[in-house]
Amino acid sequence: MALVSDALPQPATPAAADEYVYQRHQTWRKFKRHRLALAGAAVLILIAVGAIFAPWLSHFDPTASDPNWQGTPLAPGQFGHVLGTDELGRDLYTRLLYGGRISLTVATVAVVIEILIGTFIGALAGYYGGLVDGLLMRLTDTFLSIPLLPLLLVLTGIVAASSSKASLNFTSIVLIIGLLSWMSVARLVRAAFLSLREKEFTEAARAIGSGDARIVLRHLLPNAVAPITVQATLDVGNVILLESVLSFLGYGIQPPMASWGSMLANAQENVTIAPWAAIYPGLMIFITVLAVNYVGDGLRDALDPNVQ
Amino acid sequence: MLAAGKGPQRCKAEAAPGHNAMFTYAIRRLLQAIPLLLFISIILFTILHYMPGGPLAPYMNNPHITAADIARLKHNFGLDRPVPIQYLSWLGKYVTGDWGWSTMNSEPARQAIFERLPATLQLMGISYLVAITLGLVFGILAAVKPYSPIDYFVTTFAFFGFSMPVFWFALMLQMLFAVHGIHWQAFGYEVDYHFPSAEMTSTEGGGFWDRVQHLVLPVTTLSLLNLATWSRFTRASMQEVLHTEYMRTAAAKGLPFLQILLKHGLKNALMPVVTITALSLPGLFSGAIVTETIFAWPGMGRLFITALQQQDFSLLMAYLVLSAFLVILFNLLADLAYGWLDPRVRYD
Repeated sequence: MALVSDALPQPATPAAADEYVYQRHQTWRKFKRHRLALAGAAVLILIAVGAIFAPWLSHFDPTASDPNWQGTPLAPGQFGHVLGTDELGRDLYTRLLYGGRISLTVATVAVVIEILIGTFIGALAGYYGGLVDGLLMRLTDTFLSIPLLPLLLVLTGIVAASSSKASLNFTSIVLIIGLLSWMSVARLVRAAFLSLREKEFTEAARAIGSGDARIVLRHLLPNAVAPITVQATLDVGNVILLESVLSFLGYGIQPPMASWGSMLANAQENVTIAPWAAIYPGLMIFITVLAVNYVGDGLRDALDPNVQ
Repeated sequence: MLAAGKGPQRCKAEAAPGHNAMFTYAIRRLLQAIPLLLFISIILFTILHYMPGGPLAPYMNNPHITAADIARLKHNFGLDRPVPIQYLSWLGKYVTGDWGWSTMNSEPARQAIFERLPATLQLMGISYLVAITLGLVFGILAAVKPYSPIDYFVTTFAFFGFSMPVFWFALMLQMLFAVHGIHWQAFGYEVDYHFPSAEMTSTEGGGFWDRVQHLVLPVTTLSLLNLATWSRFTRASMQEVLHTEYMRTAAAKGLPFLQILLKHGLKNALMPVVTITALSLPGLFSGAIVTETIFAWPGMGRLFITALQQQDFSLLMAYLVLSAFLVILFNLLADLAYGWLDPRVRYD
């Protein structure tokens, strides 16, 4: 008899904890198998390290012109500029490191805002359904029907015209992008909540007298984390692209701040004399977004319980 | 595969709908679009109203215009009235075809837009055709031979495509094919060709061939993103269809492979592709802004950017509302296209 009881499942709590550890292990195992996602994660870490430790990785000042600069951009290799300088004689490699700080910060913070708003709206719509759902989804449709880039340009144009302070501009760009890109998260969370609220564990929670807030936060939201994570990852890439377009067109990050996109703002006029200044910032955007997308793809497979 | 929440419901048990049901459905959706457009225009009007200087911004920095002139203009244009009244007055004029006065071109805003619309539609239309044709070909090839080199190529291309900063891609195309050009020497022939990289035609005006050359780089730029998305989508959708029983039945009847693939497979695989192509339209507008700016294409996108720089209120408002209208219209068309592609779709 003793043998049999040993073989029986452990009491509820440790077993649940084991199950949790097992699932996390499974997720990591599946993610590891996705070679490109793993490579993407490595590239992202490298880029983030470059951005964080920028002052230690280069002795140039990102905003100062080289004393040897005489009006024409210095070519790669001249006067110790590994990647050359831009049209104002500023070291390109250093500016790429510092530009990464701005581009990555904008993307991360905007996505956090987007997730908070999207989850809130999606949760309300999915949990309560009915009229609330109808109204919130019409609101989502409305925002989805306005072409995003023109609207963003108008809004950042207004901000740029009202104030020329770069820091204010930075904050407002983050806010504006975050406030206008929550729609896909909202739809995702709504869809997840619509099915989760009909599940037995939700009914059980309600039967023991849990309030709406507790049911949503403790029972429904944790079960919707997987799709939100995947969407958030992919949106980091989208926001990097969006910010770079805005900055390229002159309506994003303003000097003296520089993002990868704003480094390309003058690239077109100088493409014949300084092709390197046009190539590298765009290449950084491309590689970063590609890495983000592969990580997102890996996460999608790893978090999908149907994929073994 | 249908989008949750709205759109027509697929019902397997029902018979095919009559044209009448589809017509009623179309009318109802059009009626639903009206409050949506009103809401969008209210949001846009409010936002633009907060532009520093408001609709009179172009006059604010003009030293020849005094404060008294501004006040008089304000009164004459009715800008001293409450904002909701101003909105209603704008709305009344917009629906009757008066889209306001474009301050930067000194012409009616509607005229300014309709002068540029054909150029944009040409660019968008051709890019759309290129993307959908190549997207279907890529997607079908990848689906028919999964995990083959062509499949890996399509998948990799898709990832590269939607990770690409479009404006940078355009700059690189310009640098490689317009500035640097193609220099090629073989078999006694010498090729030295630079693609045109600005405007729709050469300055001396051009025939058909000249226009085609001017289209190459902008169309490549604008179709890249959609080609990437759509080929991936077609692959997924086609793969699903390939495993259905009616495909097996068709094969068992001894029909030739191509006929099965294109007649039985493609039509069903197109369903989700139709949705995604309609939903891609807002992205096409955004792409057109970037593409037209870089290639100096005389279309609506570049007009919009100039209007933004010149703070041309009427023109901005007209452009934004028109593009929202087109987006909603294409969503409706996509829903209606379901009925044509899948007779099981029931409109109610």
